[in-house]
Amino acid sequence: MPEQLVFAMEVTLNGLMTGVMYSLVALGFVLIFKASGIFNYAQGVMALFAAMTLVGIQDGRVPFAHIINEVLGTDIHYFGWEVPALLAILLTVLVMIGFALFVQKFIFRHLVGQEPIILFMATIGLAYFLEGVSDLMWGSEIRNLDVGLPQGINDTIDQVTFEIFGYGFFIDNLDLWATGIAAVLVAGLIAYAQYTKNGRAMRAVADDHQAALSVGISLNYVWILVWSLAGIVALVAGIMWGSKSGVQFSLSLIALKALPVLMLGGFTSIPGAIVGGLIIGVGEALFEFSIGPLIGGATENWFAYVLALVFLVFRPQGLFGEKIIERV
Amino acid sequence: MNEMSPDGYTTEDGRKIGGVVMEMRNITLRFGGVVAIKDISFDIREGEIRAIIGPNGAGKSSMLNVISGFYHPQEGEVWYRGARRPAMKPFQVARQGIARTFQNIALFDGMTVLDNIMTGRLNHMSASFIDQALWWGKAQREEVKNRRVAEEVIDFLEIQNIRKTPVGRLPYGLKKRVELARALVAEPSILLLDEPMAGMNVEEKEDMSRFILDVNDEFGTTIALIEHDMGVVMDLSDRVVVMDYGKKIGDGTPDEVRNNPDVIDAYLGVAHD
Ligand SMILES: Nc1ncnc2c1ncn2[C@@H]1O[C@H](COP(=O)(O)OP(=O)(O)O)[C@@H](O)[C@H]1O
Ligand SMILES: [Mg+2]
Repeated sequence: MPEQLVFAMEVTLNGLMTGVMYSLVALGFVLIFKASGIFNYAQGVMALFAAMTLVGIQDGRVPFAHIINEVLGTDIHYFGWEVPALLAILLTVLVMIGFALFVQKFIFRHLVGQEPIILFMATIGLAYFLEGVSDLMWGSEIRNLDVGLPQGINDTIDQVTFEIFGYGFFIDNLDLWATGIAAVLVAGLIAYAQYTKNGRAMRAVADDHQAALSVGISLNYVWILVWSLAGIVALVAGIMWGSKSGVQFSLSLIALKALPVLMLGGFTSIPGAIVGGLIIGVGEALFEFSIGPLIGGATENWFAYVLALVFLVFRPQGLFGEKIIERV
Repeated sequence: MNEMSPDGYTTEDGRKIGGVVMEMRNITLRFGGVVAIKDISFDIREGEIRAIIGPNGAGKSSMLNVISGFYHPQEGEVWYRGARRPAMKPFQVARQGIARTFQNIALFDGMTVLDNIMTGRLNHMSASFIDQALWWGKAQREEVKNRRVAEEVIDFLEIQNIRKTPVGRLPYGLKKRVELARALVAEPSILLLDEPMAGMNVEEKEDMSRFILDVNDEFGTTIALIEHDMGVVMDLSDRVVVMDYGKKIGDGTPDEVRNNPDVIDAYLGVAHD
């Protein structure tokens, strides 16, 4: 097999795994957008906040230590205990549910029926607010996140591919795990939406508010639910990216990666978010591998957007959206 | 016993009508300067088919929206089962056993007929998430029961052949029927129908009339319905409220209403313009 093709296979595999992560972030957007028509600009900051909270709880940091010390004249920073990863994750989930309750009660409940652009602006405000809260609670230094996921090259894949191709693929264990977990989460979400009472209510609200109300569904409850789920998705995304490159402000920029995925997959389609994420993950990896060297590299920064734009011109409704036919 | 008796009465065709289950007292509803409902009172009795009629823009839909919690009147009280009802959200009203359909059809277009109808059962699901996730006894029994009720209603309304069709693709008449099915599977004690026969051909109208009568007869469901077509209303209903320009201009049996000079005026007026 030609050497270039083997390299391309490795690149594709890695691209697929990055793509699953993009899908995951995009899914957070889709959940909220479908149910409430809100494009949640804060989704990326939610991932940052969730990851910061997780690390903070794990390390036993005192939240708002800076303010507390300032006001009381104390100098405390740690409780002096460490919380096991699993428990810390559960506690962080609770924090994200609390955040969902807060967002619904204090912001979006008061904005029902407003123009989408107003709702969008509100989420921009929310993003900066949450960033500030995150800084106040946990500080803004870069943190290491370690929930015990294995890291480093996967030896089995390395050996097997070496025997077949005479070249060992470099696949990171962390990427493998991240892909697996993301896949399970996505499958779980789909099953949840399909078969449970809450999931059915979610789909109903996504389809028609008036009809949902008439069968006894509380919109408020469903909105809290989707914000909670989006918070959990943000936490998982935060764990994956944070484990790889540390928890810091740039983590919130993963939201920017989800945007082209949404343009490709459509803002309301769960399958669209998944397939869109995979296409962009593989597309940008292959493009960087094949064309990148010719034009000086770093094509990942813009390729996804160009791909999405080209796509948008030909299929404005996204991969799985119904064709939009203008009524005249 | 007659229509005025507090304990109810027996109709000519032998159906037992009970006491008052829902009462509107001096309802006034305004939208800015528009007064959609002007100081209207009337009641609905257990087991009866109660019609609200009147020309376009009379305020009929608004009244149904007040009953189902979609609109909140500026003045007046809603009494339900002997107690004054506080201002309620539509989903809370639905959970009290009051189901409805809409004049302009509100279905879940992205779902199949069966899925649409199953959403009507949401309030009969109580199994916890864990039960559902692990498909334990309670969740399983509930799902089986819910599916059975849904299938019964599907048979009853003769829509077996479109069970799996996405609702968005159905013709208007069938959509109206699916919407009725979704309301029925909730096993409501009161059913509110906003122009269930609007836009239908004669045959579809006859089917719908038969379904409405059968629902009332077989399940004892109290029905309040809005209808435009005088003829249909007179055949279906036990008592009729007539509205015009937000005011109540008549209330009584079909015969009484038919001979009421105000009603005749309102309808002739409409016919003339
Ligand atoms: N949501 C609303 N906002 C403003 N005006 C409304 C609204 N709903 C109804 N109206 C007005 O109330 C009046 C009665 O309307 P409606 O109840 O729909 O009448 P009907 O069902 O008898 O045709 C009309 O003048 C209508 O324009
Ligand atoms: Mg109307």
